[in-house]
Amino acid sequence: MSHIKVELKKEDVAKIKEICKAFNNNPGELINVLHKAQSYFGYLPAEIQEVVAQELNIPVAKVYGVVTFYSFFTMIPKGQHPISICTGTACYVRGAEKVLDEFKRILSVSVGETTPDGKFSLSCLRCVGACGLAPVVMVGEKVYGRVSPDGVKDILKEYE
Amino acid sequence: METVKLTIDNRQVEVPKGTTVYKAAKTLGIDIPVLCYMDLGDMNIENKPGGCRICVVEVEGRRNLAPSCSTTCAEGMVVKTHTMRVINARRTIMELILSDHPKDCLTCAKSGKCELQDMAVKLGVRNIPGQEYAEMSTYKTDFSPSIIREMDKCIMCRRCETMCNTVQTVGALNAVNRGFMAVVAPAFEQDLEKSPCTYCGQCVAVCPTGALTEVDSTPKVIRALADPTKTVIVQTAPAIRAALGEEFGMAPGTLVTGKMAAALRQIGFDYVFDTDFAADLTIMEEGTELLDRLTRHLNGDKNVKLPILTSCCPGWVNFFEHNFNDMLDVPSSAKSPQQMFGAIAKTYFADKMSVKREDLVVVSVMPCLAKKYEAQRDEFKVNGNPDVDFSISTRELAHLIKEFNINFADLADEDFDRPLGESTGAAVIFGATGGVIEAAVRTAYEVHTGKKLPKMDFTELRGMEGIRSATIDFDGLPINIGVAHGLGNARKLLEDVRSGKANYHAIEVMACPGGCIGGGGQPLHHGDSSILKARAAAIYREDAEKPIRKSHENPYIHKLYEEFLGKPMSEKAHHLLHTHYFDKGNKDIYI
Ligand code: SF4
Ligand code: SF4
Ligand code: SF4
Ligand code: FES
Ligand code: FES
Repeated sequence: MSHIKVELKKEDVAKIKEICKAFNNNPGELINVLHKAQSYFGYLPAEIQEVVAQELNIPVAKVYGVVTFYSFFTMIPKGQHPISICTGTACYVRGAEKVLDEFKRILSVSVGETTPDGKFSLSCLRCVGACGLAPVVMVGEKVYGRVSPDGVKDILKEYE
Repeated sequence: METVKLTIDNRQVEVPKGTTVYKAAKTLGIDIPVLCYMDLGDMNIENKPGGCRICVVEVEGRRNLAPSCSTTCAEGMVVKTHTMRVINARRTIMELILSDHPKDCLTCAKSGKCELQDMAVKLGVRNIPGQEYAEMSTYKTDFSPSIIREMDKCIMCRRCETMCNTVQTVGALNAVNRGFMAVVAPAFEQDLEKSPCTYCGQCVAVCPTGALTEVDSTPKVIRALADPTKTVIVQTAPAIRAALGEEFGMAPGTLVTGKMAAALRQIGFDYVFDTDFAADLTIMEEGTELLDRLTRHLNGDKNVKLPILTSCCPGWVNFFEHNFNDMLDVPSSAKSPQQMFGAIAKTYFADKMSVKREDLVVVSVMPCLAKKYEAQRDEFKVNGNPDVDFSISTRELAHLIKEFNINFADLADEDFDRPLGESTGAAVIFGATGGVIEAAVRTAYEVHTGKKLPKMDFTELRGMEGIRSATIDFDGLPINIGVAHGLGNARKLLEDVRSGKANYHAIEVMACPGGCIGGGGQPLHHGDSSILKARAAAIYREDAEKPIRKSHENPYIHKLYEEFLGKPMSEKAHHLLHTHYFDKGNKDIYI
């Protein structure tokens, strides 16, 4: 897995330690600690995992094992404009995959990745409850319905 | 003890509550096939992730087949281990595993000793349906100085993880990713070289497949042997002679010292020497250092650190450089026997023979994979030329013997060459846990008290208990000795020392369970502790039969000090036979 080198600030380290402490530095709480850390930092780069490992007194390999096992965790920061494509049944049937492929092609990233300029990240979602609008794409909080592969360009243009 | 009664294959059996179906069947002599499961017997550690499902059996009244390795027996259970349904299920499971496994058996380093291959044979797998269109997962291969990780061949049994985490408490390996991309890897899927791995090789020793193997140095050895400008000498570690025979079908515990020397001579080594000689030398240096520290301590010197820790095991050295970097001045500064041998060979012996350093090739045969790494450490090189050129494992030596068409079983016993082949019983027992410290005690006692030892065997220091301690009476002075084998036990003992809870004068640590006889380069023992015990017994047998059993009585060691080194811990001895340790950081150095 490729990763981005980040330098943790003093207060970031303190924050991670505080999260671990809230769970009594209990290794059994690893998943909860990581949840909290991710909801605070947005993602879990290697540097954060190392601090967590140290605080809970467990091998970093174990922390990394958990981070890579649960798809909820990510080691890559979200883009400025996170793009989510619904691949729920209705959207899928109505061509979500082609839309996804078009995003991948234009941005040259795969699902779970962020463009090098940090602008866009790509992820998939299960049914967002707007099946009537399938296929559905979200950029940040904004919802786009009945998106066709041809429409992808236009959506991206809005954020240039 | 509470028990339960059940029926397996129409036979009644009564077992203690909590026993697994797999173990209950075993008491009836029924061998249910297992793949991911591993039982470390005496250590009371089992690896049973229940992942592979090869061990499934039919349990009456249950809809699904049950994995016997992780299903506990219940009162009145009726189990069938070889119904058609079970047999078909096992074969299908195997076919599925193989559908994502490279078909490399012809060239795989594990071929012939691979548990996956054996299982495919046992289950009668003849083709792998659907393999034409099945996608194969691929993963990078990782080369380190000692170990090769070929994760395409990993079947996710996670035995290596159990060894590295539970037994060794190193924590270099963990299962990562999920589904197709799942493998066992260091953090951030970095190479092993960047992890806190100690190269103890215990993961390699238990890997059922070719996913984890040692770096094979035999081609380099063969090339050196064929080069007429080189003088090629070999040293063999104490533990080899008690295990090599197993590679040729002999019973565990068969001593093959004489055959091994004969085979090495036939292979074409110019001199067949013994690491045991260097083990005697280690005792002279380490023992003197112990007495020196002890005397200063007794005289009230506050600067002296006790306990002294043995330093012959490079896996252990790597471990404390990572995990006890605040205690780097505690271990003895004596080099390991392998490196002492190399240093003496490339100075004293090379001079004697008038061979240039560059033209002398030192090969070591070790039970150990960490020794491969150790031989490559910069501090053991002179102008880039290593004291030990190539370190091969017991398994690699067995290969070499086979490749050279030598009929090992029929060889007549031969002796080691002089001067670096002469050794005492004290050196032989270096191979088993407790042996190094027993050897040190034999010498230190006599040097310190000036009296003859009342008895030679210190049985209180022997055995397979993970942590042992004993107090030895040095003629009125009680000396507290600790012994630990397996890095998890070493960690426990060292933490007690660090916190001041334990009070020892000297501690021996070996990274591998059982000591070097259970090393990562030895014939695979699959965690069977009876094999380790047989090897240890063989080592102590050889010791008992030696005419000289104390290192300081080895005449060639005397000669070496007389002609070359002066006395133990002399300046020359310091320069050639001692080393220092590095702080490798107590966390992983990935980024
Ligand atoms: S060689 Fe030892 S320390 Fe290294 S990964 Fe294997 S078990 Fe762990
Ligand atoms: S590397 Fe070997 S021991 Fe480790 S999980 Fe894979 S197959 Fe099992
Ligand atoms: S115990 Fe022996 S075989 Fe194991 S790492 Fe140490 S020196 Fe090598
Ligand atoms: S499937 Fe996409 S919104 Fe329901
Ligand atoms: S051996 Fe029982 S599940 Fe693998």
